Amino acid sequence: MTGAVRKKGSIRRRLIIQLLGGAALLAILMFVVVRLYARDLAADSQDEILSASVTSILDAAAVRNGTLALDIPYSAFSMLGNVSDDRVFYTVTRNDAFVTGYQDLPTPQQGRISETRFRTATYRDVEIRMVTAARRLSIAGVPEVVEVTVAQTRDGLRQTLNEISRTVAMFGIGFFLLAAFLGVLAAQSAIGPLRQLAGSVSRRGPEDLRPVTARVPEEMAPLVAALNSFMSRLKASLTRSEDLIAEAAHRVRTPLATVRTQAEITLRRVDKPENRQAVREMIRAIDESSRAAGQLLDHAMVSFRSEHLETKGVDLCRLASDAVERLRPMADLRDIDIELTLPGEPQILRGDAILLQSALLNLLDNAIKYSPTDSTVRVVVSGDGTAGRVMIRDSGKGFALGELKTLTQRFVRGGNTSGVVGSGLGLTIADEVARAHGGSLKLENAKEGIGGCASLSFLLASR
Amino acid sequence: MRKFVLLAGLALMWLAAQATAYEIEDRRSFGPDGASRTLRIISTGDASLFEPILTSFLQSEPNLRIDYVVASSTQLSRAIHEDGAVMDVALSSAMDLQTKLVNDGYALPHRSNATSSLPTWARWRDHLFAFTQEPAAIVLNRAAFDGLPMPRTRQDLIALMRANPDRFEGRVGTYDVRQSGLGYLFATQDARSSETYWRLTEVMGGLGVKLYCCSGLMIDDVVTGDLAVAYNVLGSYAQARPEETQIEVLLPEDFTTVMLRTAFIPASSELPDIAGRFIDHLVTRQWDNAPGLSQVFEGAELTRDDQALRRIRLGPGLLVFLDGFKKQAFFEEWRSAVLQ
Amino acid sequence: MRFLLVEDNHQLAQAVCDRLTLDGHVVDRAEDLATADDFIATTEYDLILLDIMLPDGDGRDFLQKHRAARHPTPVIVLTARSEVSDRVGVLDLGADDYIVKPFDFSELEARCRAVLRRQSGGASNVQIFGDVSFDALACTLTVADQQIRLRNRELRLFEIFIGAPDQVFSKSKLVDRLFSYDADVTENAIEVYVGRLRRHLRGARAQIVTVRGLGYRLSLT
Repeated sequence: MTGAVRKKGSIRRRLIIQLLGGAALLAILMFVVVRLYARDLAADSQDEILSASVTSILDAAAVRNGTLALDIPYSAFSMLGNVSDDRVFYTVTRNDAFVTGYQDLPTPQQGRISETRFRTATYRDVEIRMVTAARRLSIAGVPEVVEVTVAQTRDGLRQTLNEISRTVAMFGIGFFLLAAFLGVLAAQSAIGPLRQLAGSVSRRGPEDLRPVTARVPEEMAPLVAALNSFMSRLKASLTRSEDLIAEAAHRVRTPLATVRTQAEITLRRVDKPENRQAVREMIRAIDESSRAAGQLLDHAMVSFRSEHLETKGVDLCRLASDAVERLRPMADLRDIDIELTLPGEPQILRGDAILLQSALLNLLDNAIKYSPTDSTVRVVVSGDGTAGRVMIRDSGKGFALGELKTLTQRFVRGGNTSGVVGSGLGLTIADEVARAHGGSLKLENAKEGIGGCASLSFLLASR
Repeated sequence: MRKFVLLAGLALMWLAAQATAYEIEDRRSFGPDGASRTLRIISTGDASLFEPILTSFLQSEPNLRIDYVVASSTQLSRAIHEDGAVMDVALSSAMDLQTKLVNDGYALPHRSNATSSLPTWARWRDHLFAFTQEPAAIVLNRAAFDGLPMPRTRQDLIALMRANPDRFEGRVGTYDVRQSGLGYLFATQDARSSETYWRLTEVMGGLGVKLYCCSGLMIDDVVTGDLAVAYNVLGSYAQARPEETQIEVLLPEDFTTVMLRTAFIPASSELPDIAGRFIDHLVTRQWDNAPGLSQVFEGAELTRDDQALRRIRLGPGLLVFLDGFKKQAFFEEWRSAVLQ
Repeated sequence: MRFLLVEDNHQLAQAVCDRLTLDGHVVDRAEDLATADDFIATTEYDLILLDIMLPDGDGRDFLQKHRAARHPTPVIVLTARSEVSDRVGVLDLGADDYIVKPFDFSELEARCRAVLRRQSGGASNVQIFGDVSFDALACTLTVADQQIRLRNRELRLFEIFIGAPDQVFSKSKLVDRLFSYDADVTENAIEVYVGRLRRHLRGARAQIVTVRGLGYRLSLT
């Protein structure tokens, strides 16, 4: 029944990978964005403070006694020292002629006098940020341009950036780990209902075709609806065929009973051997089909009841003695004794008494049928407290070796059953009943002497 | 002793002048003659002042000689900056020049447990490390103040000098800021701290202030009584002479400028590792037998009144006073205050 | 024996009646429950054969009523429906046994016998022939005060003979009645059982005599 399932990926894995991938992407994105932002912010703040420094120097530039006086305020540079330990360079020009500071500083960004200009350059092998501003002064009546450039290395910027990067990286990793954790949880919980559904369906007995009634998430509703509809169709189809079998058997059996009885009466009145033989054949044929119908019904019944297994406490001893009593007249007909051995105390198991009775009757019927006349069939009930067993041993030919596995399949009859009426469903029924109760049917040949032995084993109800 | 040092210094100066463009004041060697390596230290501090530090360092560094060169802060700056002299450690009290040398890229970085345990005001950029803090003191001759209350602040001193011009006329001394880098540093920092500086300078100018190149000479003159007041004298030098009982070292209570003696490893260093260890030695407490040098960590009497202490801050602010224009402007103002 | 057969299928009822009559029993036939009630009210029966699905009601209701009225007559239910639940149901309602249609007559006979045996308890149903007495329900044959327990086939064979003393039964007739039809039984098998009966009858006047070319009969010698 269970065909190989073709798998393609795993929803859980896919979810986790997607969530993790998303989280990683977000974390990286966050890192990059924050770092860029921080870089801009840090660069901006450096530019601002350099601008402030330039402005304060420019403000201090004045014309005194007809000449340029440049009293650089202490704060112009000390403010730079407040922010970082970066090295500071500056230069002041007057009409592009060097006045004071670092003469070899790279030329500033060109631009209009009125605007503050920024430039990133390399000076003495390190990267510096230069801010330049200019101011027009009238010195001795001549308009002149005083231009101030203040530059700073970017160690502080880099350090700040590294610190931010480290912090953001930690945040990113933390975020990723948290997201990963939540992602796995989310995947688990998303898969949960699917697992539950799969679990509840696979835990069911093979014949349990009730619809799934547990509440499922909206997304799974179509799947469950389809499953339910499939199961109900399957169930309908099963029920239909069961009904059909029951109906057919019913319809067939009553006329068969009539015909058989008439045939028996006829046989009494007929003397010619060839006619007698013909009537005998007829009776056997009737028996065969009648028995087949009966067992088909039995089987349909077993299938049906397995589906709605009623579990009550059932005593194996009681079942066995009932079955023996029921079939003793049949055994008597063939001068077969049935020997029943019961343990001292009841062997209670939880199950469907009717099914179990049916299984026992089928096995016992088989044993009687396949035993020679004037022999004994032994029925032994035993139990060890956890498992109970009914063993039915005949003294017939036993089961053909090599067929032990296949005998429980439908309509498979042993190779050494010729001359006995049978449909091949008896063992199937017993086997299905055993499995519906979580037990097993074991077929073997007696080790000593001859005869087959069929054992039904069940777990007993714990007291 | 001092005369001998001076003579030896002069002799060495002549020798050094043969090889170098910068001028040195003294040159001493410490450690075994046969040592394979020589740590070159250029310093503005007297060898005698640093000797305990150097010898204690040599104890942990066998097989090392120290070549100790004394130069003025300006010459030190020139040696490093212009002459590219091969030096392993530069020690100087001229914080502004030290800062500029580091700022302009003439120093190597150094990081160690010792340096990272320094307070943040005592280091800059992992290049420049303060290892002493030395106040700018006012040294007074007790006899000259006989009958007068000992001043405690600049205001007291101004008041006393104004009230007793006869007693102080020609007996007041201070650095010639045009000659002395340290004097200039103290002056600019004082000027930055308070307007009182200019009033004091004007008062001293009115009393015919004598101008000096160095703290030592000023103290000498206070000891002899030639000077009644020496303003902005390196406190460490005065305290290094406890035998002189006739002088009073005053750390003004309105504010006391505190200079940090700093060290860095010049970029030209050939032994940066040993130089680094030497700086660690400087900044840790391994030489507390050097009288007069207050370590960064203890600062003895410098903890007296934190409000009044004005430590000169390391950093780019110091570059301002090295600017030619600024300097010129300051000299202008100073001269007009002093030379009336 | 007197049987009441309650069965609405005419052909089946007729066949069962014929068959039972053939064995020497008396059979009254009711086609519905009302008729059955009438029969029971007027006649004592040894056994009732009861169908479940009847035109005027359910055989199980009849069974229930019958038991409630404490009628002692045993009932064997004839059912075409094979559901075991039906079988168990009828046993719970007081049926003594049930048989599923179509039935082998020997099975019916065997079940009847078993039910009657249980029913009669200690009561005997003894037939005497000459110096032997035969109790079909107790399965015993008494010869010269010696009680012999007969096995099923011996019993049935002897029953045939004692039912019609001095009548000759052919081997093939005996085979028909003694063996079910599912096995190929040769007529020699009859000789085995006749042989066994003769051993039991040793020393008695009643003997099974071979009628050459025709079969056997039970006669007094």
